[in-house]
Amino acid sequence: MNIELTTFFIFSFLLIVTSIKVITSSNPVLSAIYLVFSFFLSAVLWLLLGAEFLSIILILVYVGAVMVLFLFVVMMLDINIAKKNAAYIKYLPVGIGVFVIFNVLIIFFFINTFENINYNAINSINVISESNTENLGYVLFTDYIVEFEIAGLILLLGILSAIVLTYRKNPNNKYQNPTEQIDVEKKDRLKIIKGLKE
Amino acid sequence: MDIIFYIINTLVSILMVVVPLFLIVAYVTYSERKIIGFMQSRMGPTRVGPSGLLQPIADVLKLVSKEIIIPTNANKGIFLTAPMLMLVPSLLVWAVIPLSEFFIISNINAGLLFILALTSLSVYGVILAGWASNSKYAFLGSMRSAAQIIAYEIAMGFALVGVLMLSGSLNLQVIIQEQSGSILNWFWIPLFPLFLIYFIAGVAETNRAPFDVSEGESEIVAGFHVEYSGMAFAMFFLAEYMNLILISILSSIMFFGGWLSPFQGTFLDTYFSFIPGFVWLSLKTLIFIFIFLWLRATLPRYRYDQIMRLGWKVFLPITFFWLTVIGILIYLKYLPL
Repeated sequence: MNIELTTFFIFSFLLIVTSIKVITSSNPVLSAIYLVFSFFLSAVLWLLLGAEFLSIILILVYVGAVMVLFLFVVMMLDINIAKKNAAYIKYLPVGIGVFVIFNVLIIFFFINTFENINYNAINSINVISESNTENLGYVLFTDYIVEFEIAGLILLLGILSAIVLTYRKNPNNKYQNPTEQIDVEKKDRLKIIKGLKE
Repeated sequence: MDIIFYIINTLVSILMVVVPLFLIVAYVTYSERKIIGFMQSRMGPTRVGPSGLLQPIADVLKLVSKEIIIPTNANKGIFLTAPMLMLVPSLLVWAVIPLSEFFIISNINAGLLFILALTSLSVYGVILAGWASNSKYAFLGSMRSAAQIIAYEIAMGFALVGVLMLSGSLNLQVIIQEQSGSILNWFWIPLFPLFLIYFIAGVAETNRAPFDVSEGESEIVAGFHVEYSGMAFAMFFLAEYMNLILISILSSIMFFGGWLSPFQGTFLDTYFSFIPGFVWLSLKTLIFIFIFLWLRATLPRYRYDQIMRLGWKVFLPITFFWLTVIGILIYLKYLPL
């Protein structure tokens, strides 16, 4: 067994363990931490495939930004763990139903697609250098430029709609105007009074 | 046999970086106390050893021998992991930093991305420490710090995109080689606004004065690490100084030519060619470390809303604007020089 294969098995085993831990641990903060671990482990799997750009971006975006905000929210929650266990039994039938439907869909998807995959599609991509990053950039900005721009627009729309949904003008807002604050001069704040010697 | 040799080789080069690094951290704390002392007309440490030179060693012995107190209602596991999560990423980054022309532990292609990804992890140490301590002050500190780190990380990443555009590579050795020629070829001239933003965002990322609201001694005692003592506290301390050195060395690599000699391209080059690149890199880094200490002694702490305003409303638009300028200059073939 070579090193690559051993690493793959170790990390994919750990990935399965941590992914299960995400849904079984009772403490939501612990779940979030396990999710962080599983992102890390899947980044390692990508690295094994030689996709260094994707794996590092996974850590940078998901671990470094998305999960931090996630933890932020989860920490503020005040969840009663005992109550959660009662809800667990209540929602179990629904959960099993979703589980079965989801798995059936996945199996059908695999049966249909594995027969029809065009394995030669990957050969039609222009390979310009050894580096995965350069190749990905080249393909994204030439062949798939329209899709890339559309993805950008969708994200922009997401930002705008989040702002529109949450922004409320508060009449009691104590906003400070920084330029006004900087413009203050000595005579606005300091008054020298003469003739008060004692 | 080959693999054993490889492992031993890697271990030795890791030790060659990490052991001096810990010593440097110890003496950066000493020089911080001395420099700020002189700036404020004091003497700094003088008692332990000649002119206080053994003070950091005494500090380490004190911290190691102290008890680690764990608060009663703290989440013990996370409480003890948080300082490690803070220290490990800042140590890992040193794997891809080129210390000289020949010495780099791992010369990977995506070095710059690797650095960005790992520096974005240090926020976990802060957040988890604040949460696991089960203390109001610690939690306030970690909330402040997390918001601040996220705000400045974006500006920091965009500042490095400028470096990426000019060098055309993510490999740090290539980035340095692209700056060779003379002092005028270093990236700080075309990327001057981005350099300033990078450095200021770096100060904010390390939670140091004037951006130290997450510790804010006068407001929330010591912020996220109030409840820590002994070695656990020492790890936060180490991580902070490690990040300080890291930001300094990265600024000198990205914008000031790394291990390149400043006399390159002039008649002085031949006289100074005996000096190894490592010395030039250290000198540049030391200047930035001095600026860090200088800032701490000079500037008062930023108000919280001002920190957020600076990050989102000032730095981010400037980086966007300057990246457009750089893009146009590259298109018109004025850059890279």
